[in-house]
Amino acid sequence: MSARDAILKRLRERADGALSAPESDFAVVTGRGWSRDERLERFERWIGSVHGEVVHAAEEGWTDVLAKVLADKGVRRLALGKQHPVAVEARRALVNAEVELVDVDRDIEQWQREQFDDVDAGLTSTRGAIAETGSLWLWPTPDEPRLISLVPPLHIAVLDAGALEDTFFDVIEKHGWANGMPTNALLISGPSKTADIEQTLAYGVHGPRELVVIVRHADDVAESAARQ
Amino acid sequence: MTAVKLYPPKPDKVYLFGTCLIDLLYPEAGMDAIRLLEREGIEVLFPQDQTCCGQPAYTSGYHHEARAVAAAQLDLFPGPWPIIVPSGSCGGMMRKHYPQLFAGSDLEEQASEVAGRIFELTEFLVHVCHLDLEDRGEPEKVVMHTSCSARREMGLADTGPTLLAALGQVELVEQARASECCGFGGTFAVRHPEVSAAMVEDKTRAIEATGARRFVTSDCGCMMNIGGRFEQQGKAVKGEHIASYLWRRTS
Amino acid sequence: MSEQTAGVQTYTPREFHRQAHDALGNPQIRANFRKAMDGLMAKRLDSFDDWDLETLRELGANIRLRALARLPDLLEKLEANCEANGIKVHWAEDGEQACRIIRGICQDHGATSVIKGKSMVSEEMHLNAHLEAAGIEALESDLGEYLVQLNQQTPSHIIMPAIHLNTDEISEIMHDKTGTERTRDVDAMTAAARQQLRERFMGAGVGVSGVNFAVAETGTLCLVENEGNGRMTTTVPPVHVAVTGIEKVVEHLRDVPPLYSLLTRSATGQHVTTYFNMISSPRKEGEHDGPKEVHLVLVDSGRSSIYQDNELLDTLRCIRCGACMNHCPVYTRVGGHTYGTTYPGPIGSILSPHLMGLEETRDLPTASSLCGACGEVCPVKIPIPDLLVRLRRESVGEGRGNVAGAGIKRTRKEAAAWKGFQWLATHPAAWRAGTSVAGRLRALTPTRLGAWTQHRSAPRPAATTLHALVKQHQAGKTDKEER
Repeated sequence: MSARDAILKRLRERADGALSAPESDFAVVTGRGWSRDERLERFERWIGSVHGEVVHAAEEGWTDVLAKVLADKGVRRLALGKQHPVAVEARRALVNAEVELVDVDRDIEQWQREQFDDVDAGLTSTRGAIAETGSLWLWPTPDEPRLISLVPPLHIAVLDAGALEDTFFDVIEKHGWANGMPTNALLISGPSKTADIEQTLAYGVHGPRELVVIVRHADDVAESAARQ
Repeated sequence: MTAVKLYPPKPDKVYLFGTCLIDLLYPEAGMDAIRLLEREGIEVLFPQDQTCCGQPAYTSGYHHEARAVAAAQLDLFPGPWPIIVPSGSCGGMMRKHYPQLFAGSDLEEQASEVAGRIFELTEFLVHVCHLDLEDRGEPEKVVMHTSCSARREMGLADTGPTLLAALGQVELVEQARASECCGFGGTFAVRHPEVSAAMVEDKTRAIEATGARRFVTSDCGCMMNIGGRFEQQGKAVKGEHIASYLWRRTS
Repeated sequence: MSEQTAGVQTYTPREFHRQAHDALGNPQIRANFRKAMDGLMAKRLDSFDDWDLETLRELGANIRLRALARLPDLLEKLEANCEANGIKVHWAEDGEQACRIIRGICQDHGATSVIKGKSMVSEEMHLNAHLEAAGIEALESDLGEYLVQLNQQTPSHIIMPAIHLNTDEISEIMHDKTGTERTRDVDAMTAAARQQLRERFMGAGVGVSGVNFAVAETGTLCLVENEGNGRMTTTVPPVHVAVTGIEKVVEHLRDVPPLYSLLTRSATGQHVTTYFNMISSPRKEGEHDGPKEVHLVLVDSGRSSIYQDNELLDTLRCIRCGACMNHCPVYTRVGGHTYGTTYPGPIGSILSPHLMGLEETRDLPTASSLCGACGEVCPVKIPIPDLLVRLRRESVGEGRGNVAGAGIKRTRKEAAAWKGFQWLATHPAAWRAGTSVAGRLRALTPTRLGAWTQHRSAPRPAATTLHALVKQHQAGKTDKEER
């Protein structure tokens, strides 16, 4: 008998008999009922508590904020996609900037060393975020592959304020994750960190040292500026 | 771990299960428990055939022996009265483990019925007697060590401190890591003496660091362990069962 | 302080007492663990501040119970969905078989270098040693695991493998083994490790990781981490092998959020970790990165045997958060290595006997004062103290005989002593006579009672027993009433 069949047989022919499965009540992980402002406040507070930086921008002109972040962080080579509106708008805005734009629609085998050693930042869109824990959710695509949010020392993520949900459970349920998972689904809450050396927190152990979240607001510029 | 317990009104009578440690080593604590209860107008019945709750055998894995000993206690409480145990450890054994021990046996129902009437002493004094205390003692700083069984198995972290806080002249101070085990654990102290010693050493230091010269506990196992450590080192800190402490200061 | 075999420190559960003695006598170890555990306990408490903790624990326990109740079906479903997604599923009866499967995958790809994310199951089956014997280098990439590996040790904690080491010791290890300049600057040490390991990620032929939750419904492998080494391990090398115990499966995707929340808060007091990495397939057509092959190795190694018994089953609920060790007064004193097992502390003491047999682990079920702190904090409400007692029963041959080595600790002398106790405690007249004699002979009480009196004074029987005092008291009252 194969290991598989032997294991399953033992589990099925359980000595103490079949077990009954209890029902689960998920109320404790949903139904927060937060307002839009509460969600935003929580998201920002929690991701800030783990070293994520949040900058706000109006939907129109968010790329000015991006340009400023890139300048402040001294980014010279930025990896980004080509098709997602975030990438399209960023490329358009940065066409005359000093930042060199690095294409990521290449198989990693062709440019692994370059990605590890010569990229200062990766720009990605996000699918949404979770207020309760200050987490971004990303489903990497061929246009925005998995490693650009991981390998460069700075990850810049663009989030639409309206895409915030209360809890992780809400995200899974409302967005029908169970109907079809992507190759890789990610929650990202801050830059890479470790406390393995005597409980002392250190950032950027393997992944990005810094995470900047540009939160785009659909309402007018004045209101979003007032938030800051 | 602990469901909300509905407490009965104050009864006319109670049983006292004195526990074997009190019987043999600290009988005055048992007598003081009786005095406190009698002062509340409660008649205390003490079945003379009681011995031990069976816990030492139970935690050592000797459940046939534990069951036999426990079974011998079940018949001692025929009336409907609450059974008061001046120990969280023995109380926990009788309330929580008796039903498990007799599950599926002829005695299951009786064990559960008895378990339902088990009250730890401080629990009973606070929640059933609503004890009013008039402190007649000198001003004093005191530390409470609540046993792990009282705290976690019976869910009684607060009843001991509540009683002490009711004593006007007593300043209740808390030791560092108050909820940490003192290292007694019954046969644990014998099977793993060095680890147990390291634990009681830390516990005595934490108590001493409060500046109190007295610690009070509702479990004689902890008292024997912590007090024994202080005594061996010739330290001035003394332990006292909470029943004795309350009686001494209010009588 | 422990056996040195070719420079590698080895610990065995058989030597628990000696290893405990050594650890207790090592002030550095004592201080490192005390500091770390105090910090972890405080952080856990803070992290559950705004949560209905009891309701969440109830749900966590319930989800795990449901998964276990349907375990064989869910494993088949997991397998079917993984395979449909392109993940190759392997089954292993034991660690040795699992090692051979993983070695085979490495050899199929001509891999001579493996990079590893944290996996306790791989520790349990000694994967690194197995691969190295086959000429395949296995390098740990979790910073703590990396440091422990550099120091030729095993992890001393399931979540924080290097928790037994302090900053100075780590600086020294990194200096000795990697030439890193000595420093007390944690950022500098972390940056050095980042540089050292990045090269290795790029060069590795296979990435091996563990799994925190395997979702049957979607064929998804979930990995929880802060460092990003888990994402690196599962994304950079051309082949990813995930290895896990068969009990790690959960039924639905929606079962994951509550367990994840319980895990991070219980483990390190974080409301969330930096990364939650969910893998459902290898690189698809048109995708530009990620492994081209993903394998899942499901390991039994004694788990299906634990599964047979209604009481022992609860052991399999564990989500490996380590909260029980963080809160254990014994673990805090003796540290993780003392246990000599892959899983130390309370969970180790109830799990290891099944993995290694009671003969090997005979001192672990008793290495607890049954204070209950472990059961109180367990996020899935495993009744750890009750399971310790159950294993004590098995050890002395009074259980159901469902654990290998049952009865190993039964001695005629001890069994007779408990029979004696039983007789005395079921013969009240003899009990009263005996206790009262003890009181009368109190002057003769030995002042040395073995181990007890090395650290404490001996208790002395009172002159009069409670039984006798109550009789006098009642007689006194009757007198009063009659008068």
